[in-house]
Amino acid sequence: MILLKLWFTFLKIGIFSFGGGYAMIPMIEKEIERNGWLSASEFFDIIAIAEMTPGPIAVNSATFVGYKAAGILGGLFATIGVSIPSLALILIISKYFFKFQNHPLKTTIFYGIRPVIAGLIATAAFFVSETAIFKKKLSMDLLVNIISQPLEVLNLESIFIFLVSLVALNKFKLHPILTIALSGVLGILLFFVF
Amino acid sequence: MNKKVNLRLLIEMFITFFKIGAFTFGGGYAMIPLIEREVISNKGWIKDEEEIIDVFAVAESIPGAIAINSSTFVGYKIAGRIGAVVAACGVILPSFIIITLIAAFFSKFQNNPIVKAAFMGIRSTVVALILMAAIKVGKKSIKDKISALICIVTIMLVLVLDIHAIFAILGGAMVGVIIYFSSPKKVAQITGKGDKGK
Repeated sequence: MILLKLWFTFLKIGIFSFGGGYAMIPMIEKEIERNGWLSASEFFDIIAIAEMTPGPIAVNSATFVGYKAAGILGGLFATIGVSIPSLALILIISKYFFKFQNHPLKTTIFYGIRPVIAGLIATAAFFVSETAIFKKKLSMDLLVNIISQPLEVLNLESIFIFLVSLVALNKFKLHPILTIALSGVLGILLFFVF
Repeated sequence: MNKKVNLRLLIEMFITFFKIGAFTFGGGYAMIPLIEREVISNKGWIKDEEEIIDVFAVAESIPGAIAINSSTFVGYKIAGRIGAVVAACGVILPSFIIITLIAAFFSKFQNNPIVKAAFMGIRSTVVALILMAAIKVGKKSIKDKISALICIVTIMLVLVLDIHAIFAILGGAMVGVIIYFSSPKKVAQITGKGDKGK
């Protein structure tokens, strides 16, 4: 049963994923939480792993979540689920889609969907920061506390690594994989050694 | 599509897409130049550069992972339905194998304090990477007040009200449909046909 559940859940995620892997994060997070497949922080670690290993983030997270929930078969069912929408759509509608490609209705629908994708990716950043930069779950309380007692809710080491990463990625154009490796080393130094 | 589909072509396609899947880091967008090089320059499966640009345009605008979409579509163009399935399997398999191995391996180490500390650091970089992606997509998609509002409403709905992302996407699509049927002026503005005539 859990295999079918995994298959169906990732099928659903595949159908509604526009704009690549990051936009899927809020969806996957909600599903793993609802089904108790793995913890949020475990899932965010897989995003880091997905970034460091080859292949699409969507497939990587499906395989990982599936494996954690139900072993190799679980990984297989989740991966097939997330891939089927692409296959089915292309096999069924590819002939007609080119005609539709320049239709104004398609353009206006995507005018509406694209900012949602940007918003979803932004919320994904918030979700991950709950397990790194903030010490508590995001809430109104937390927002008030940031101003009144920042040290209680903010993780200073994490903010330092976050800023170093931003500078490395933007200013020095360091490759994401190398930036991740750098932050891993900083993590060991700040959280383990000191 | 009058190409003869034979087993050798399919095997060669599988190997090519397997290679593409095994060597692209950073997801679908990073894969596009690789597919282009392999399929046009190296193998000559698709002759027309224009044709492949269309493929990527479609891959971005249908649901699903961009990497799978574009591989499936290119596979379809080369060898029909069976080609689509072969290309999709080829591009997915490397991630599947690698992640299964890592997942099996990672469980043994994830409670090690050094590994924990490293991932605690790495999560900050993940926040930075996702934030940069959000800004990049935002710059491309937020063009006026309505799209800015859609983006802000999405963030509020998902973060504060804990709405499922699917409803946010459907909501965005609805806004698009409403605009299409209610405001020809806005449609002209969005499709970029309005300004030139006047």
